[in-house]
Amino acid sequence: MEKIILFAPLIGALVCGFGWRIIGERTGQVLTTGLVMLAAVLSWIVFLGHDGVTEHISLMRWIESGSLATEWAIRVDRMTAIMLVVVNSVSALVHLYSFGYMAHDDNWSENEPYRARFFAYLSFFTFAMLMLVTSDNLVQMFFGWEGVGVASYLLIGFYYKKPSANAAAIKAFVVNRVGDFGFALGIFGLFFLTDSVNFDVIFAKAPELAQTNLTFLWGEWNAANLIGVLLFIGAMGKSAQLILHTWLPDAMEGPTPVSALIHAATMVTAGVFLVCRMSPLYEFAPDAKTMIVVLGATTAFFAATVGLVQNDIKRVIAYSTCSQLGYMFVAAGVGVYSVAMFHLFTHAFFKAMLFLGAGSVIHATHHEQDMRNYGGLRKKIPLTFAAMMIGTLAITGVGIPLTHIGFAGFLSKDAVIESAWVGSSYAYVLLVAAAAMTSFYSWRLMFLTFYGESRAGGHGHDHDHGHDAHGHDHGHGHHEPHESPLVMLVPLGVLAVGAVFAGMVWYNSFFGDEAKMRAWFGMLPAAEHQVEAATTEATTETAAPEGDHAAAGAGWTQGAIFMGPENEVIHHAHEAPTLVKVSPFIAMVLGFALAFQMYIRRPDLPAKLAANQRPLYLFLLNKWYFDEIYDFLFVRSAKALGRFLWKRGDGDVIDGSINGVALGIVPFFTRLAGRAQSGYLFHYAFAMVLGIAALITWMTLWGGAN
Amino acid sequence: MDNLLSIITFIPAVAAAILALFLRGDDAAAQRNAKWLALLATSATFLVSIFVLTGFDPANTGFQFVEEHDWILGLKYKMGVDGISVLFVMLTTFLMPITIAACWGVETRVKEYMIAFLMLETLMLGVFCALDMVLFYLFFEAGLIPMFLIIGIWGGKERIYAAFKFFLYTFLGSVLMLVAMIAMYLDAGTTDIPQLLAHNFASDDMVLLGFHIVGGLQTLLFLAFFASFAVKMPMWPVHTWLPDAHVQAPTAGSVVLAAILLKMGGYGFLRFSLPMFPIASDLLAPLVFWMSAIAIVYTSLVALAQSDMKKLIAYSSVAHMGYVTMGIFAANQQGIDGAIFQMLSHGFISGALFLCVGVIYDRMHTREIDAYGGLVNRMPAYALVFMFFTMANVGLPGTSGFIGEFLTLMGIFQVNTWVAAFATTGVILSAAYALWLYRRVVMGELVKEGLRSITDMTRREKAIFAPLIAMTLLLGVYPSLVTDIIGPSVGALVSEHQAALPPSGDTQLAQN
Repeated sequence: MEKIILFAPLIGALVCGFGWRIIGERTGQVLTTGLVMLAAVLSWIVFLGHDGVTEHISLMRWIESGSLATEWAIRVDRMTAIMLVVVNSVSALVHLYSFGYMAHDDNWSENEPYRARFFAYLSFFTFAMLMLVTSDNLVQMFFGWEGVGVASYLLIGFYYKKPSANAAAIKAFVVNRVGDFGFALGIFGLFFLTDSVNFDVIFAKAPELAQTNLTFLWGEWNAANLIGVLLFIGAMGKSAQLILHTWLPDAMEGPTPVSALIHAATMVTAGVFLVCRMSPLYEFAPDAKTMIVVLGATTAFFAATVGLVQNDIKRVIAYSTCSQLGYMFVAAGVGVYSVAMFHLFTHAFFKAMLFLGAGSVIHATHHEQDMRNYGGLRKKIPLTFAAMMIGTLAITGVGIPLTHIGFAGFLSKDAVIESAWVGSSYAYVLLVAAAAMTSFYSWRLMFLTFYGESRAGGHGHDHDHGHDAHGHDHGHGHHEPHESPLVMLVPLGVLAVGAVFAGMVWYNSFFGDEAKMRAWFGMLPAAEHQVEAATTEATTETAAPEGDHAAAGAGWTQGAIFMGPENEVIHHAHEAPTLVKVSPFIAMVLGFALAFQMYIRRPDLPAKLAANQRPLYLFLLNKWYFDEIYDFLFVRSAKALGRFLWKRGDGDVIDGSINGVALGIVPFFTRLAGRAQSGYLFHYAFAMVLGIAALITWMTLWGGAN
Repeated sequence: MDNLLSIITFIPAVAAAILALFLRGDDAAAQRNAKWLALLATSATFLVSIFVLTGFDPANTGFQFVEEHDWILGLKYKMGVDGISVLFVMLTTFLMPITIAACWGVETRVKEYMIAFLMLETLMLGVFCALDMVLFYLFFEAGLIPMFLIIGIWGGKERIYAAFKFFLYTFLGSVLMLVAMIAMYLDAGTTDIPQLLAHNFASDDMVLLGFHIVGGLQTLLFLAFFASFAVKMPMWPVHTWLPDAHVQAPTAGSVVLAAILLKMGGYGFLRFSLPMFPIASDLLAPLVFWMSAIAIVYTSLVALAQSDMKKLIAYSSVAHMGYVTMGIFAANQQGIDGAIFQMLSHGFISGALFLCVGVIYDRMHTREIDAYGGLVNRMPAYALVFMFFTMANVGLPGTSGFIGEFLTLMGIFQVNTWVAAFATTGVILSAAYALWLYRRVVMGELVKEGLRSITDMTRREKAIFAPLIAMTLLLGVYPSLVTDIIGPSVGALVSEHQAALPPSGDTQLAQN
C-alpha cells in the first residue's frame, strides 16, 4: 500500500507529462488527479491504522561505496504517516482546484497547451515530497529535498514568458542550494562519524556524538551540535527562515494553487520535518536547538512585521507562512517535536485554504492581486468569503480561552507558545508579539478584501511589486467579480473542515495528553523510559565504567520522535500560568481591534500613519532591505568576481605568463599554418595520422603472428 | 577470444584505413558512404565491447583479457583491463557512435573527418587498454593529432590559434612525462605496467641541484606525470586551453574532447600517480586538493561571466573535473569511486550539453547567449532535453551527476573539511550559472526576429539524445551498475595505497 501511495503520483506525472498528446490534456488532468486522490485515501488509511511501530520497506539498492550503503526504502512511522496525510490530501485538493483555476489563462494563447504540463509538475512535486517524507536515510531524503526544489523551480517559473517568474524560479533554486550546502555537509559529517546515513544507525549513535569532538574548518566542535547546525542550515533554506527566506515571497510568481501546495502546506515544512525527524540527534545538541529557537522566533517576528504593510494579497499570506514556520521551529527547538508537527499539521489545512481562497478571489477579480483594488467583495463571492473567514479565524487562533475548544490554529499555536514559555523567554515574547501582528495583518487582509466599498478600477497606486501575475492590461474594461466554479469551492470546503476540527480532534495526540502522545508516536512511556535508561546505565557501569557508554543507553531506542529523559518541556507547558495561556488570545484580540479600528472605522488612518512614520513604513514595505543587501553582497559581487577572474586571472595572468613563454613559438606556427592553409597543412598532418595508424596496425599484426 | 581488446581497439582503425584507401571522390554518395561506414564501425566496436563487459569478473581485481606480444625494439605490446579501466573503454565505445551520428550534417572533407574520429577512437581505446608504459605513451600522445586536426580543420574562426594552444599545452606536459617514463624504466628495468605497479620507487629525501626534495624520486616522477595529466584534465591553473579549444572545435569534436579525452588525465592519475607514487601522492595531496577546490569555485565564477554558450559549458567542465581530482587524491573508497563515477557521468552529461549547443548552433550559427531567448516557444522538446541535462549538470539527485559529486565530496570530507566545505559551495554556483544560462537561452518571450522560424529537434537529434538520457537516469537511480564493477578494484587500490604509506603519515585513518 505504501508503494502505491509513493508511486501513484509519479506514474500520473509521467503519463500526463509525456503522454498527453496521445491521451489528451483532459484525460491527463483527470488521471493525475485521480491517482493523487487514490494516494490520499490510502494515506488516511495508513494514518488512522498506524500503531506507532516503525515499518521498513526496502525497494532497491542505491549508492554503495565501501562502507556506505544506501537504498531506496520506505520508512513508515507516525511522522511519515502525518506527512503522508498532509501532502496527499492537500495535493489532491489542489489538483482538483486547479481544474477550475487553470481552465483559462491569459498568459497563453488558445493553441498553447499548458494544463497537462501544470498537472504533471504538480504530481511530480507530490512524488518528490513523498520520497522526502518516506525516506529511511538521509541521502534519499536529500533526493526528495532537491526533487521538490526542482518541482518548485519549474512551477514558480511556470509562466516562463515572464522575466519576473524566471528570476524568482532561479532565486528559489539557488537560495535553496545554499541551504543544501549545509545539509550536504551535515550528511558528510554524519557518515564520517557514524559510518552510515541510515536513520536507525544515526539515532542509536547520537549519544556518542554528543561525546565526540569533530575538527571542522577552524575549530573543534561538539559533533552533535555541529551536525545539528549544519542540518538546520538545510532546513532554513527549504523552510524560508531568516537569512535564507528571501526566495519565498518571490515564489508567489507561480500560479496560486502552487503557492497553496508547495509554498504553504508541504514543501516549506520540510525543514521542520527534518528537525523533528532528527530529534534523536537534536536532543543531544543543546546549542543547535538554541540556535533553532532564536532563529525561529526571530523569523516569526520579522515576517509578521513585513506582513503588516504588504499590499499584494499573496505576499501577505507568504509572509504569514514564513512567520508560522518560525513558530514550528521554536516548538521543535525547545524540544517538543510533537507540537511542531501539530502546528505543521493544522497549518497545512488553514494555510492551504487561505491560499486557495486568495486564488478564488484573484480568479473572481480577473487576476488582480493588489488588495488596494479590492473591497466589498463579501457579497459578490460569499462562499469564498466564508472560506477565507474560517481560514482567518483559524490562523489568528480563535477559540475559547482555557478550554480545548477552538479553531485548529488556536490549539496548535497556543501549544507552541506555551512550550516556548517553558523553553525560552525570548521566543515567548516574540511569538506573542507575532501573534498580535498575525491577527492584525490577517484581519487587514479580510477587511481590505471583503469589506468597505469596492475600489476596483482605482489604479492610481504605484504598482511596486509587479503584483499582477498575468500581465493583463487594465484597459480591457471592468468585469464584475464572479463566484468561482464548484471544483474550486469543494476543496475549500474540505479544507475548512480541517481548519475547524483538525486541532480539536488531535489535540491530545499531539500535545494535550503526554502519555497518549508518547504512545501515538511510538515512544516509550516517560517513566519507563527513565527506568530503562537507569538500568542500562547500571549494567554498563558494572561492565565498563565509561561515561559515553552510559550516555549511549539514554539515547533513542524506538519511535518516530525522541525526547530525552530530561526533556520535561511538555509537562511544564501544561502547567503554564493562566496568564501565559491566555496571552496569545489577548494578543489576537488586540490585533483584531487595531485592524478593525484602522480599516473599518477610520480607513484614513493607515495612509496617515504611513506618512507619519515613513522610514519605518518603507523599511517594512521593502522587507528590511534584505533583497537589496543580498543583491549587492552576493549577486553583483559574484558576477564581478567572475568577470575579474576571467579577464584578469585567465586572460592576463595564466595565459599571459604561459603564452609569454611560448610567445615566439605560437606566431611562428600560426604563420606557418597561414601559409599552409591551402591544404598543405592538412595533407602533412593527415599523413602523420595515417603513418601512425599503419605503424600500429602493422605492429599488431606482426606482433600477433609471434 | 583472448585478443578481444585488440579487436575493439583496432576495428575503427581498420575502418579508417578502408576509408582512406578505397573511398574515392567527394560527392554526396561518397560522403554518405563515409558516414555510414564510420557509424557501422563504431557501432560494431560498441557491440563487441559488450563482450568485454559481460566477460569481465569484478571480483578479480587484477588485469583481465590480457594480451602480450613482443614488438619492435624489445618493446612489448600488452593490453588488459581492470575494474578501473574497463568502464572507460565502455564509455568510449558507447559515445563514439553517438558522436558520429552527431556530425551527420558536416559537408566539408567528410571522409577525412570520419577518418580522424575513427583514428581518435582507436587511440583513446588504446590509452585505456595499454598495459605497457611505452604503448600507453604512444596512444596518449598520438591521440593529440586527430584532435588537433579536428579543431584545426573543421573548427571555427580562431581554430588555428585554439588548435595550437591545445597542442602546445598538452604536448609540453607530455614531454615531462616521457622523461619520467625513461627514469622509471631505468629504475625498475621494465615498462610493464603491472610490474611497475608492484615496484617500490625510492622515496627517500634527496638533494638535486641544491634543492632538498622531500619524497625524492617519487616526488619528481609524480610531478612530471602531474604536469601531463593536470593539463589533460584540465586542472586550474592550466585549464585555459580548454575553453578556447571547445569554442573553436566542431560540435562532435567538443563532445569527444569533453566526454572522453579529458578522462585520460583522470585515468592517468589512477593508473600511474596514485598507485605507483603513493608517498608522493600523499605528500602532494593537499596541493591537489586546493587546486581542485579553487578550480571548482574559480571556474564556476568565471562561468557566470560568460557570454558564449560553449565557453560556459567548458568552464563548467573544468569545475566538474575538480571534483574528480579531489576525489582521486582523497584516496579512500568513496573518493575514488566517486571520481570514476563523476568521469563517466560527466562523459554523458557534458557530451549531451555540447550536443545541445550544437543543435541550436546548426540552426542559427552562433553560440552567443544573447542571440537566443524564448526557444521553449518553438522548441519544446529541445527545452525539455536541455533542462534535463542542465539539472544533471548541477548534480540533481536521481541523475548520475549527483552520485559523482556526492561521493567525491563525502570522500574529501573525511580527509580535509576545509576543502570539502570550499568545494561544496560549487553546488550553489553551478546552480546559478547553469540555470541562468538556461533562462537566457530557453525561457522568456521569443522576440528575436531570426528565431521565429527555428524548428524543434529532428528525429535524428532526438535519437542521439535518447541513449544519453537513459544512461544519465539509469546510473543516477541505480549506480550499483557502476560501483559493483569498479568497487573491488578501487578497494584494492585504496588498501594498497594505505599499506604503502608509512604508519605515521597515515592521515586517512585519523578517525576515532
